[in-house]
Amino acid sequence: MFGKGSREEGWGIQVSHVDRKFGKRLVLQDIDFEVKPAEIFGLLGPSGSGKTTLVKLMAGIDRPTSGTVVVGGVQMPRLDMLGKIGYMAQSDALYAELTAKENLDFFASLFGLRGRGRRRRIEEVMELVHLTDSMKKRVSTYSGGMKRRLSLAIAMLHRPRILILDEPTVGIDPALRVSIWNELRDMSQSGTTILVTTHVMDEAEKCHRLGMLRDGRLIAVGTPGELKASTNVTTIEEAFLAFGGVRG
Amino acid sequence: MRVCALVVRIWRQFLHDKRTLMLMLVAPILILTLVSLVFNGNTYKPKIGTVDVPAMVTQRLAQEDVSLVSYSSTNSALEALKTQTIDAYISWQDGRPAVVLEGSDPSKNKAILLDLQQMAEASSPGPTGIQPKITYLYGSAKMSSFDNFGPVLIGFFAFFFVFLVAGISFLKERTTGTLQRLVATPIRRWEIVAGYVAGFGLFTTIQAILIAWFCVDILGMMMNGRLINLLLITLLLSITALTLGTFLSSFANSEFQMMQFIPLVIVPQVFFSGLFNIDTMAVWLRWLSKIMPLYYGADAMRNVMIRGKGFTDIVMDLAVLLAFSLVFMVLNVLTLRKYRHV
Repeated sequence: MFGKGSREEGWGIQVSHVDRKFGKRLVLQDIDFEVKPAEIFGLLGPSGSGKTTLVKLMAGIDRPTSGTVVVGGVQMPRLDMLGKIGYMAQSDALYAELTAKENLDFFASLFGLRGRGRRRRIEEVMELVHLTDSMKKRVSTYSGGMKRRLSLAIAMLHRPRILILDEPTVGIDPALRVSIWNELRDMSQSGTTILVTTHVMDEAEKCHRLGMLRDGRLIAVGTPGELKASTNVTTIEEAFLAFGGVRG
Repeated sequence: MRVCALVVRIWRQFLHDKRTLMLMLVAPILILTLVSLVFNGNTYKPKIGTVDVPAMVTQRLAQEDVSLVSYSSTNSALEALKTQTIDAYISWQDGRPAVVLEGSDPSKNKAILLDLQQMAEASSPGPTGIQPKITYLYGSAKMSSFDNFGPVLIGFFAFFFVFLVAGISFLKERTTGTLQRLVATPIRRWEIVAGYVAGFGLFTTIQAILIAWFCVDILGMMMNGRLINLLLITLLLSITALTLGTFLSSFANSEFQMMQFIPLVIVPQVFFSGLFNIDTMAVWLRWLSKIMPLYYGADAMRNVMIRGKGFTDIVMDLAVLLAFSLVFMVLNVLTLRKYRHV
């Protein structure tokens, strides 16, 4: 419908020479990389490195100061693209006074899902994050991990072609973290392009490719293997330090 | 020493929060200034029309602190009374004065009656003094002050609570991040604003019905007009409050900062809404009332409840309220650009 990509090909993201300034502060500086269709791309970097700012540009809710962000062949930000992108922000962003079901209903209707299909999809995503039993509970009674999972369920609700997750597994127990990663891999195999940010190094290993962000600059891009090999180290953490050291 | 450290810390917090600091300093000054201006106004000088009143009486009246306007007939005087260019008129019937008061403001009624009484006593010292016959255009001698300012209070509560509740809930939307999530969906910015207006509009209609019913049936407030007009005014007033509240909430970072808008936005409106007599204020101050939504709401409320006027008489006030709402809605849509650039 929109853009050039089809379900089989999947959609890519091209970020070209992007700067983002807030006032005089340069938060992102000459960011240039590509997320290939249907891959899981990880953005790795400490807090304050500009991950969230970069992610918002790709989610189409912010505009770069200079440079372009192209998603599925369409230059962002574009209102009609928002329905094709699933975005989960760092904060859980849920209406605490509502039940999980009511939250899902609200966002599902914003994405134009209705009727039987909506009910089925809500059950599907809640099963995925193991929250089916807590569907009717108020979000204010949820634990931190449950809120994170519900937040993830909402981001996947409308079967987005591109899923952007800002720190998706913070506060989630290891068993569930594994099952969420399995789900992400399944989705990527069926053509969904996934972009995750993380500062957990072992999670970075699970991504197909990684971008390392430090102080608003992209210091390295490649597969976890390539990044380790090119710096002659055995862990991603060491690779990050090595790349950081080169520039710093 | 620990107390000292605490004091320093609190001072630093204040210095970092310039707005709270300004509020603590400027708001009390602002309010005190307003109060002094309101209460130090000149005593009200009634505007009295005269129709065929003997020259002797007119001369006597002129000695009181009133402004006199002469009319050729009772009809033209009545017209002037209806448009509130005069507060009362005196005509001469069967050799004694007949007074007709506009009557919707008890304090004005009293001022006029006092002047007439003084005139009557001075002109004929005997017990056979000229006893004026008194009738009211609106209101009655039994009308209480509450009947007079009650309509204003109804408007005020509708305005105040909607302003605060809508402002804070929109603020929460921002601080909990749900607004961020909202703008990541294909919803349009104006849809967010319209959703708020519609959602709250429905709620405030119920609120308005309840308040109106309570005031009229339980508190026995004077109600001479139609209820539907009253609800219409309340609804428009709350929509103005809602859109103003949500707009201002984008300049607040916490519930507490939202509260800080009360002395700046709400309190001045109370002074200019007609609870106090605006006519005694300086002219430039009177002009201020023209930019306050509550002034129009209260004026329409009084026209309906006390004077029993119909839709055509309040349509100007309603139009102004609608214009206020539209302006605030547009501002809301524009400020939402901050959260999403399309």
